[in-house]
Amino acid sequence: MVLVLALGDLHIPHRAPDLPAKFKSMLVPGKIQHVICTGNLCIKEVHEYLKTVCPDLHITRGEYDEDSRYPDTKTLTIGQFKLGVCHGHQVIPWGDLDSLAMLQRQLDVDILVTGHTHQFTAYKHEAGVVINPGSATGAFSSVTYDVNPSFVLMDIDGLRVVVYVYELIDGEVKVDKIDFKKTTTPTNLPH
Amino acid sequence: MISDGVVEDEEKWLSAGIAGLQQNAFYMHRALDSNNLKDALKYSAQMLSELRTSRLSPHKYYELYMRAFDELRKLEIFFKEETGRGCSIVELYELVQHAGNILPRLYLLCTVGSVYIKSKEAPAKDVLKDLVEMCRGIQHPLRGLFLRSYLSQVSRDKLPDIGSEYEGDADTVMDAVEFVLQNFTEMNKLWVRMQHQGPAREKDKRGKERGELRDLVGKNLHVLSQIEGVDLEMYKEIVLPRVLEQVVNCKDELAQYYLMDCIIQVFPDEYHLQTLETLLNACPQLQASVDVETVLSRLMERLSNYAASGSEVLPEFFQVEAFAKLNNAIGKVIEAQENMPIAGVVTLYASLLKFTLQVHPDRLDYIDQILGACVKKLSGREKLDESKATKQIVALLSAPLEKYKDIDTALNLSNYPRIMECLNDGTHKEMANVIVQNIMKNKTCISTAEKVDALFELIKGLIRDLDGDTHDELDEDFIEEQNSVARLIQMLHSDDPEEMLKVIQTVRKHILTGGRKRHPYTVPPLIFSSLKLVRRLERQDESVSGDEVSTTPKKIFQLVTQTIEALTSIPVPELALGLYLQCAEAANDCDLEPVAYEFFTQAYILYEEEITDSKTQVTSIHLIIGTLQRMHVFGVENRDALTHKATGYSAKLLKKPDQCRAVYACSHLFWLDDHDSIRDGERVLLCLKRSLRIANAVQQMANATRGSSGSALLFIEILNKYLYFYEKGVSQITVESIQDLIKLIRNEMQGDASPSDPAADAFLASTLLYIQFQKDKGGAVGDKYMLITD
Repeated sequence: MVLVLALGDLHIPHRAPDLPAKFKSMLVPGKIQHVICTGNLCIKEVHEYLKTVCPDLHITRGEYDEDSRYPDTKTLTIGQFKLGVCHGHQVIPWGDLDSLAMLQRQLDVDILVTGHTHQFTAYKHEAGVVINPGSATGAFSSVTYDVNPSFVLMDIDGLRVVVYVYELIDGEVKVDKIDFKKTTTPTNLPH
Repeated sequence: MISDGVVEDEEKWLSAGIAGLQQNAFYMHRALDSNNLKDALKYSAQMLSELRTSRLSPHKYYELYMRAFDELRKLEIFFKEETGRGCSIVELYELVQHAGNILPRLYLLCTVGSVYIKSKEAPAKDVLKDLVEMCRGIQHPLRGLFLRSYLSQVSRDKLPDIGSEYEGDADTVMDAVEFVLQNFTEMNKLWVRMQHQGPAREKDKRGKERGELRDLVGKNLHVLSQIEGVDLEMYKEIVLPRVLEQVVNCKDELAQYYLMDCIIQVFPDEYHLQTLETLLNACPQLQASVDVETVLSRLMERLSNYAASGSEVLPEFFQVEAFAKLNNAIGKVIEAQENMPIAGVVTLYASLLKFTLQVHPDRLDYIDQILGACVKKLSGREKLDESKATKQIVALLSAPLEKYKDIDTALNLSNYPRIMECLNDGTHKEMANVIVQNIMKNKTCISTAEKVDALFELIKGLIRDLDGDTHDELDEDFIEEQNSVARLIQMLHSDDPEEMLKVIQTVRKHILTGGRKRHPYTVPPLIFSSLKLVRRLERQDESVSGDEVSTTPKKIFQLVTQTIEALTSIPVPELALGLYLQCAEAANDCDLEPVAYEFFTQAYILYEEEITDSKTQVTSIHLIIGTLQRMHVFGVENRDALTHKATGYSAKLLKKPDQCRAVYACSHLFWLDDHDSIRDGERVLLCLKRSLRIANAVQQMANATRGSSGSALLFIEILNKYLYFYEKGVSQITVESIQDLIKLIRNEMQGDASPSDPAADAFLASTLLYIQFQKDKGGAVGDKYMLITD
């Protein structure tokens, strides 16, 4: 069992002062094995903070990140799963699932994590899952109205991944859960 | 090395002393074992003679003394047993006085005296009085101090205290107090005299040695505090006046400072409260060199802690008017000591402030009064530069923030900003940071323009360059500071849109004074605050009639435009471009076409004129296309102008693959699912064909430069775009064109010149798998995909 934290679009300090205190108290060091951040942190302090949650940190670049060394896309393998990360402002139309699915095919990953829209989504389809953890600070977005702070925890165990979504609604943390099982890839590709 | 020599000699003398002491103790033990009183007295006196040395420092002397002390315990037990065996204690008391030397004689007398009191054959007070008088015989400070310390030690449990077995008709607690006070007075005199003996050049050394002895003197005060019979009444009438008399009269800096502190520490809080006036009146009478501010600070600290112990003690404070007395005393001390360092002054006020916050949290007028007194002392001087004073000022100004957890309260204190004025730039900044951190920590929401104005004035050290501070470096501290200002801007919020607009205007006024190096940090949060307000108004529009509202999105957009302009003089075009696009989308949501168009125009101007870095261009073009794709407010003409430009920019990117991707992304500008009027299949196809041409060009370039064809990735990406629009029902995307494209890709990948490319293989495989999935879905989509055969 491996716990992966996915979050993004914090927009500190342009659009939000800090992560919600309730989230901070949940994200204690030592429990999470990998952190995936889709980008727009935006400052070094936030990077340092994420490092304290877990040193195994994978970040892609959002359009407001001051650190220009973050890559545009990143792939990593955790257990039986291949994961892809991308901020998502490069995928037009923004938040469009068909276009994201294309990126997923391009990166050849089971789970694609993107951000930018500040809208939590988890979409299952034949070839995998597309997840957007939303904005961890509930930052203002031109795309989404009424953004609630949210992040995602993925519990990866063998061929199964359980996606927990934590959303802060009116000061209370609500948890939702989505289950996904990976089927072994068919070998007889159509020709 | 003279000092080393002295230390070595001292070690030798100490060893010699210990050896002599141990030898005599050995004979004394033998005498004790054989009940030989005469020998016991003889050897014990010889043993004690070792304490007559003048060669040891207090530290070494103490070592010797402790050994003698242990031996004397054994002797005391022996004396006690002797009386049990029929020896008269009175006779013993006489007998020990035959010892030849006075010092051993007095030690022995004290030892027998202890047994004498225990025997109760004479009133304790008489014995005690006799002993304390006899000890006057030793006037050598060091030897006298230790002898009296011995007396104090052996008599401690035999004082005629209330409830003690030695309390009797003749013995009262008064006698106990009298005895301890007398011993204390004598010891203090010896201790003070020590300073004035010996050569002047060793003054510092003596000061140090005296410091080591201070607890011997202070112990007496501790004994006093332990006497049950010393109630408030007696403390007030006898103990404190007598102790203070000695303290004041000894005129010794070291003794006064130590003993004042000792009084404060050993006696109970409520005693201090009830004798506050007496205690405070002693302060101005102390030597000018005494560190009174520390003494008073410690007193106030103690009282603050007492006040914090529970609200039930607070009436006591009110009853004795503690605040007025302390305030008055501090004023007098500061007035009397003209040369008191400013750090001392601030320390005093900081302590008084903490005390007041604890005792009178509701009296903001008191708080302001203290700050005002402090301002008076600080103004007219050079700005504070000394580190100790600075530290105290920060403590002084932080205390109300910590107490009230609310910047509002500080903003109501008229003298608060005036103290900030007295700080040097560094401290001012530090304090401003403390204020901002406090707001963040307590999540204080600042909700009126007036308060925002006061707050930003208060923390102006962060907002703009103060005089003489115009360095241009962007060091880490600076960045951190500006980021915390940015965070602070997020904390300003009013539910009333009109007030919120005023807040925004106020913040804008302040941050625009910050200069170009601050703007990249402070402008974006202000823009987003403004856009949040726009969104709020957008919703209200339906409920409130438009005529009455003075706060309109249009007005905010004007303000925002003028604010972003501040960024254009600084080389951060990509930041400004991002903000313009955000604003354009907000204007779109408000149905303000001309405003949105203007924002786009500004973004395009920046793109054309300022953004020269090819990587930034790619990011910017994605943002432009992504935003434009979402705009629904534009009429045909404006939309055409903007899309035309965007496609043009895309095709002019430096790297061909970037061109290719940007151009196929542009295809989305011409086909919107939820917009009937924007469905131009021709132009979608044009974009895709154009990107195909670029992809071909990439391949040709690869062939020309490397002799092998490049990756087929771009073609597969375009294939996916074809599928996307095919599925959407764009009639111009035909089955044939898709099949041709798949064929083309296969050729590219199977050609002899093409290197193996696992990424492209996987992408193609997953794309074909996708086609298969769609076929398997059945229904309209399935039917569509069934047509694709290859």
